[in-house]
Amino acid sequence: MNWSIFDIVGPVMIGPSSSHTSGAVRLGLFARYLIGGLPTKADIYLHGSYAQVYKGHGTDIALVAGLLGHSPDDENAINSLEEAKKLKLQYSFHLTDLGADYHPNTAKFELRRDDEKLEVIGESIGAGNIQIVEINKIRTNCIDGKYRAIIVSQLDKPGIIASVSDILSTKKINIAQMTVSRNGRGKEALSVLNIDNGVSQEIMEAIERVPAVNWAKLLPKLT
Amino acid sequence: MEYTEFKSASELIKICKEKRKGVGKIVISNSASDLDTTQKELKAEMKSRITIIRESIQKGLKISKRSKSGLSGGDAKKIDSYAKKSYTKVSKTNPLLGKTLLKAIKYSFAIMEQNARFGRIVALPTAGSAGTVPGALFAAADDLKLSDSKLIDSMFVAGGIGMITGENAMLAGATGGCQAEVGTASAMAAGALTSMRGGSPKQIFDAAAIALKGLLGLVCDPIAGLVECPCVKRNSTAISNSYMASELVLAGVESNVNFDEVLVAMNNVAKLMAPELKETARGGLAISQTGKEVAERLGIGN
Repeated sequence: MNWSIFDIVGPVMIGPSSSHTSGAVRLGLFARYLIGGLPTKADIYLHGSYAQVYKGHGTDIALVAGLLGHSPDDENAINSLEEAKKLKLQYSFHLTDLGADYHPNTAKFELRRDDEKLEVIGESIGAGNIQIVEINKIRTNCIDGKYRAIIVSQLDKPGIIASVSDILSTKKINIAQMTVSRNGRGKEALSVLNIDNGVSQEIMEAIERVPAVNWAKLLPKLT
Repeated sequence: MEYTEFKSASELIKICKEKRKGVGKIVISNSASDLDTTQKELKAEMKSRITIIRESIQKGLKISKRSKSGLSGGDAKKIDSYAKKSYTKVSKTNPLLGKTLLKAIKYSFAIMEQNARFGRIVALPTAGSAGTVPGALFAAADDLKLSDSKLIDSMFVAGGIGMITGENAMLAGATGGCQAEVGTASAMAAGALTSMRGGSPKQIFDAAAIALKGLLGLVCDPIAGLVECPCVKRNSTAISNSYMASELVLAGVESNVNFDEVLVAMNNVAKLMAPELKETARGGLAISQTGKEVAERLGIGN
């Protein structure tokens, strides 16, 4: 069963639409976690139903609220566009057609945080649930907030996954699920490690010290 | 209790039979192991969500202004004062609708009006369908004088029906149209109302099947893309439908097509439904004259 009881009786959220508001806040929030904090610039591309009805549902407000770190049940989320100006987050919205492979409620973020750059595509798949399906043009699986997740960007070469899982096993952290995807041999690869336990900053730093790891980010479990 | 996974209504009914437990109990015990928590904690979390919904009802009943679009707001209040004065004497203008059903509709309006003004609600299963299940169940629990623990159990029954629907069909208007949101909510409410009143697991899913069959094919065509018209009132359609379905099965009527098959049918209908009718505001009521005027006035166009 992919759905849990509080996916159905929930989320607790600010209206008006679970897919277009609550799911959108979560997409923004995950994009924020993936770039490691408040972006300085965000180009947000809206696809499908998102492109058609985003104004009425406040999807723009919701996506930016997530980038600012608000949760879907935070009543302050509604003032996100003004808040973004104050916090110097430069955002702009673009309508796009990503093609039939993507869910009708899809947003693509092109983010900058000072010198860092990141591209994230996420889908809002109903009842406030989301999945991140692409990071830096690499297809990803199992990033859906059902677990705490460690996302590792690394160079595609032997031994890195073993080093990362070694770090976790010495700290007695259980991996519930793991997937690796890459764009091509020897290029950037992404590991998604869904885990059962909490993870300290120290562990994340240890993972980032593994040679050929570009970055590692922790995503929270959604409730 | 030993864990037995279910993915469909027929599997869940079978487990209930084997273990001699109700639908709510199986959903709670399975959820506790899936979410790695205790049944006690799950019930406490459900109770806190019920409290949040009750707060949204109280806030919604106080709304007197129309929303920016002019499409919703203040109607829960109107229904409240109509109900207060209408059930007292017998006359030609006496409501034909039962007192509990009208109360359920009033609760649903309050939640949906609160939702439309960016207020805090609990999506159930979605925000656009958030009024149906609590409206239907809370009013019934009030008037049947049910304890909170019975109400909590019925919320798990509703949740189980929603989980099975999400697993085998869909819950987003953008993929399945309104049948997937308000239709699902109506099925959840119908099953839970039946459970509340002692219906068997088969009757629970027959009620859910009858409710969903009645709303099969319902399109998602919100005016200006706002979750107001027809969403607010459609939740009341879903509630009336759920009361009807639950009453039918308690009268001994059965569904010819079982719930799992209705979900297959919903998938099929969703596949055949044009994208204009899937939450894109490009068909149906969204392109009615009123719909176009509202969209233009608000500067929301495509």
